[in-house]
Formats: sequence, C-alpha cells, structure tokens
Amino acid sequence: MSTSERPGNRRGLAGKPGDFVEFIDIQKTYDGETLVVKNLNLSIRHGEFLTLLGPSGSGKTTSLMMLAGFEVPTQGRIELDGRRINDMAPHKRDIGMVFQNYALFPHMTVEENLAFPLQVRRMPRADIEQKVERALEMVQLSQMRKRRPAQLSGGQQQRVALARALVFDPKLILMDEPLGALDKQLREHMQIEIKHIHQKLDVTVVYVTHDQSEALTMSDRVAVFNDGVVQQLATPTDLYERPENAFVAQFIGESNKLRGVVSSQNGKECIVNVNGHGDVRAVPIRANGPGNKTTLSLRPERVRINPTDGVFTNQFDAQVEELIYLGDHTRARVSVLGTDDFVIKLPNAEGVPDLAPGSPIRIGWKPEDCRALDWS
Amino acid sequence: MSLAEAAFIQAVDGVPLKIKLARAERKRKLKAVGLVLPLFLFVVITFLSPLLVMTLKSVENEETFGRLDRTREALASWSGQDLPDEAAFAALAADLKIAGEQRLAGEIAKRINYEFPGAQSKFKTITRKVAAMETGPYRETFLSTDAAWGNPKLWRVIQGASGKYTAYYWLSAVDLRQGASGIEQVPANQAVFLDVYGRTFWIAGLVTGLTLVLGFPVAYLLATQPASRANVLMIFVMLPFWTSLLVRTTAWFVLLRNEGPLNDLAQLLIGSRFDMIFTRFATILAMTHIQLPFTLLPIYSVMKTIPPSHVRAARSLGAGPFLAFWRVYFPQTVPGIAAGCLLTFILSLGYYITPALVGGPRDQMVSNYVSYYMNNIINFGQASALGATLLIITLVLYWAYNRLVGIDKMKLG
Repeated sequence: MSTSERPGNRRGLAGKPGDFVEFIDIQKTYDGETLVVKNLNLSIRHGEFLTLLGPSGSGKTTSLMMLAGFEVPTQGRIELDGRRINDMAPHKRDIGMVFQNYALFPHMTVEENLAFPLQVRRMPRADIEQKVERALEMVQLSQMRKRRPAQLSGGQQQRVALARALVFDPKLILMDEPLGALDKQLREHMQIEIKHIHQKLDVTVVYVTHDQSEALTMSDRVAVFNDGVVQQLATPTDLYERPENAFVAQFIGESNKLRGVVSSQNGKECIVNVNGHGDVRAVPIRANGPGNKTTLSLRPERVRINPTDGVFTNQFDAQVEELIYLGDHTRARVSVLGTDDFVIKLPNAEGVPDLAPGSPIRIGWKPEDCRALDWS
Repeated sequence: MSLAEAAFIQAVDGVPLKIKLARAERKRKLKAVGLVLPLFLFVVITFLSPLLVMTLKSVENEETFGRLDRTREALASWSGQDLPDEAAFAALAADLKIAGEQRLAGEIAKRINYEFPGAQSKFKTITRKVAAMETGPYRETFLSTDAAWGNPKLWRVIQGASGKYTAYYWLSAVDLRQGASGIEQVPANQAVFLDVYGRTFWIAGLVTGLTLVLGFPVAYLLATQPASRANVLMIFVMLPFWTSLLVRTTAWFVLLRNEGPLNDLAQLLIGSRFDMIFTRFATILAMTHIQLPFTLLPIYSVMKTIPPSHVRAARSLGAGPFLAFWRVYFPQTVPGIAAGCLLTFILSLGYYITPALVGGPRDQMVSNYVSYYMNNIINFGQASALGATLLIITLVLYWAYNRLVGIDKMKLG
C-alpha cells in the first residue's frame, strides 16, 4: 500500500486540501418526529484520524452509518473526495469498515475473509494472495490463516477485522467502537496498534467511540457529539485544556462544576459570584456579561491545597469531606463555596498529603484554569 | 499428571481425592438420573419396544410355526425339486387334522396363500377331506383333489412357512421372492412396492422443494422485520400448526372437489371445471401447505442468529446486494435449510391421511400400504416389513445428513 496509490493524496496535491469528507447541513430522522442528527457540518481532512465521541444516542453512529451508506441522510449532502455520495450504494464507496462485533464471516477462514473484498473486485488470484499475505503480516496473524473466526481470541478477531477493512486499500476507514468487546489491557494495546497502522498507511480514519480516553489516545481531532449536535471539534489537547461548553468539560475528563452569576466581565477575565459564597475569577468563554448565569469548570488536578497567600487570586476556605487513596494520586472531596462535591486530585509525587476528613484547609487555583462556560 | 500420581493425591483426612469427589457428586448424579428416568422408560416402553416387536413380526411365521412340525421333519430330506414322498403327504395330513380340530387351519391357509396365491381354497378343501380319513394313502387323495399338490413350488412354500423365521415379508417389501434357485424378482405384474417407494420419495422430495422455495423468502422477511411486526406475521405462519391435520386436509378436500368453491370460480371465469380432487396435484398442494412451517421455522431460527452487520460488512467490502446475500448470508442459513428440509422430507415419507383423503389411487404412499396390510388384510408381517424399510431409509438419511452437515449444527425452532 504505497502512498502514491492513494487517490486522496492526488487530490491533496490538486484540489483544496483539508476536506476529504464533508458533511454539509446533514439532518437525520428515523420516525419523522425527532432528529437523531441535527444540522451536522463536519469536514474531515485527508489522512487524519478523526474520532466521533459521545454518549449513546448522541448521533455519532448514525453519522458514521450515513457515511458508510447504510443510512440515508434526511437532509443535506455528504461529499467524499469532492463527490456527492448521498445516493451511492455502500459497495461502490470503497470505504473500509470495522464493525463493533467485527462481523467476520463465520463460515470462512481468516484467509477467505481477507480475500473476500479482493474476490468481489475480481482481482487476479496472484494479486489476491499477495495482498492477503501482506495484510496478515501487518496484523501478525500469518499462522492463523487457516482458522475460522470462532477459533480465534477476541483480540485476534479484532485484528482480522482490521486487516480485512484495509486489505483492499480503501481511501477511508470507518471504525464503529471496534475495541468495545476487548478487556482493558488488550484494548489499550490495540489502541496503540491501530494508531501505528494509521500512521504507517496514511489512510483517513473515522472512529466512533464513547470512551473518552480512547478518543484522546488515538485521535488527531475529536468531534464531541451530544444530542445530535457536534459540541466541539478540536485536538485532544484543546478538548481537555480548552473545552468550549459545559458538556464537553464534563464529558472529557473530570471537572468541577460551580454555578454562579457574572458580576463583572472584560475580555480576559470575569468575576463570578457563586451563590453568594464567594467571588471566583475565571476566563470568560461563554459567559454573556454581568447579570447572566454561567457554569464554571475547573479540573481537579489544577487545584492546590494550602497555597502560600497571594500566589492565587482564587483562594477559599474548604473542609475535607472524604479521602480516597488511589496509589498514584489521592482524591479529596471537599466542601467549598456551598457545594460538597468539589474534587481535588493530589498527586503522590510529593508524598501522601497529611489530611484527615473534617479538617479545614485552604484551596486555590489560577483564574486561567477556571473557565466560565454556558449555564447547564 | 499420570493416573498413578493422581491416585496419590489425598484430601486432608487421608482419603484419596478421587473417591472424595465421587462421594460428593453421587447425590447430584442420582438426582439427575432420577429426573431423566421417567422419560427414558417412556421412550423404551412406547417407542423402542413396539419397534422391536414390529421388527420381529416382520420375520416370524406366527401363523404357521409349530403347526407344521411333522411336515417340516418329513420334508427335511426332500430335494425341493421333485414331488415329495408319501411320508410328507401323510405328515401334512396329520398336521392339518390337528389344525382343523383346533380351528387353526384357516390361518395356515392364509399364510401359505400370501406366497402361493390360490392356496387358501386348496387348503380348506384338503383339510376337510383329511379330517374324514383314517388312513392313507394320502398322496393319491391329495393329487386327485387338486393337481396343485403336485407342484413342488407349493411344497417349497409350505417348507419355508413351517420354520420360525422367514425372509418373505422383507423380500416382498422390495419386490423380491424366494425362487427355486435363490432370490429373484417378482413378475412385473406383481411388483408394487418399489414403485410405491419411488412415488413416496418423489412426492416427499417435491413437497420438500416446494416448502423450501416458498418458505425461505418468508423466513427471511420474518427474520428481518422488527420484533413487533415479525410476531404478527409469525402467527399467520403458525396458524396451520395449531389446526388439526385432519381438519386442514378436509378443508382442502372441500376446496378442491368438483363442486367446490375453486371449481365454481373456474366455471364462472372460464366455463369449465378441473379434476383437482383425487389427483397428485391435490396431494402435493395439501402436503406443502401442512409442511411449510416445518421447513420454515428451522430456517427462521438460524436466520435470527445471523447479525445484520455481516451483510453490511460484505457490502462495505465491495459486494453488491446479491453477492453479499449469496456469499455471506446464504451459506450461514444452510444448517437451517438442511434441518428444515430433512424434517419435512422425513415427515413427508410417512404421510398417510392426506394422500388417502385428497389423493388418487396412484398417489398412495408407503404408509397407506402399511395401513392397508394392517387394517384390511390383517397381514402384520407385511405391514411391519414395509414400516421397517421406511424406518431404515429414514435412518440412512439421518446418517447422511450427519456426515454432510453434522447433527450438532441442526437447529430446530
């Protein structure tokens, strides 16, 4: 699979780069009453690894199925490599797909499974053998070629499914929660393996998952879905460090939520009164000026305990409610600013903190780590 | 670990572990056996023992054995080709005298008549005659009464029937007989059963094929519909299942007869009536209707287990709708097709009521002949041999199925 064969590359040189797949004003409804996908606009660049991340029922799988051709958009246009593919039959799209439960054909051996997409393309027998061989080597399953899928472990089945989706050199690979059925260790291993294969082959991958750590590990960019809408499309770093709304802040990683009303706001900073318990300085992202409600989002690991006075502009009295020792860090649940589910992560790097439930402490954080988002 | 080593492993109290395990499991095993026992006995009493008795009947001479002992002894040194000597005639006369007194001569006559048509009346006449005789010579009396007594073939039949066992019924079930020089085919005008078997197989095969062609798409429809709709459709499939076989066959009788609604309609539309009742067409039609669920349900249950993602995967890999179906979906339905077709074929082989009610004389199947021999002629031996032949054919089919598909892959409903 040399890179020069890839049509996407040719397009990358000739056409405008950056939009290999485009969802334009896509809406999808199954019953004519509720929209599963609401006005989706999404551009996928050539060669990137893009993950559709969201809770179940958020529309991510439906979007993938529309791209694969198994669902028809109710409204809008899907373009692949500059061509409208709304009405193109799935088998003409040349899109490789890895299914949730692998969908390996149980009556065929590993080899026959891999040869299937090549046979239906009427490739010469010698070419088929060569390509199957290469694909088997890629996923290190050459010894398993004569086995049936039922005789393979879950991880091996997953590799076969991956190899089968890649063996006919598709320009685009779709993966629908392909690692969902594996145990944690194998899943993490496969995440890295898939990432390496993606880098090596320079294919475009659209990956669907509900597992945020999987999305962060593997993706170039992540589209966070909720309620049929893309909440944010950004790199993993941006998504975690700079969530644009309260849903993303909550869904990606862990964050403390403080609800309050903006009392003053300028371009760089706003002051939010948290239910009369204190004023918090934060970065205004989706705050709508003085008098409006906002949700403050703050990562637990950005909070310091008992800081030296004057280091942080946000400093408050708190009380330890609960301590959970987790080895590499300790989670402390404290009550502060009228809420008692405020979580602090204390890294074990400097030893286990000397705290006890019920003890009063001071906590503080930087205004730039605290983001004033939409009311939720 | 070797067995010797295993024997040395002991529980804390020093008793070998294997014995401990057996003790702990004994109660559970007894319970399991106790639960299975009633059904096991039921099967033995109601299925295996009748089967055994039936098979015995098909090889026994129950009408004649022990009643022609003297004759058998007298014929022991007979060559089988020429006329037996006076001693043999005297022995048969003695046997018939006793049989006549015990009113068993009729049964003997009937048995000999199976193999030597016309023997029944000759036996009746001679039994009456010898009853009045005190002494011989018997040979002249026999021969003057009926020239048939001079036929060595009749004597061979008598000799064969005097033993405990006979191959007659089994040979006859496949249109063979014991001739003067070994086993031979029966004359063409007496051969019936091979034709009947052929017809039975043809009808069963045709019905199986029709149910498959009609049932497969319906099974596919059922398997791919949402559960709520599939359940409603399933009721329509199951309805015939819940109606008595006799009632359904009678309904076909009413529909197809010459004055029936179908012929009334034909008369109205094209001005002529068709002969539908008492034809092969009627037999096949009614049987296909009855057998449809038997073929359909195993196919349906297999289809339900095929994830829709398989066909989708095939499509995404570049196969068109037909290719995806043919290479990915269809092969996975084969165990269901095999199970459904085997079930229908075997059940169709044993059809009795339907051909009897809506079929013509040329549509009667093996079971109809079994019934005929049981009820009309009271020839249990022939009925048993026919039934057992059918059973053997069924077992061979089952064996072949196991070799080709594997019984463990069979899925019924």
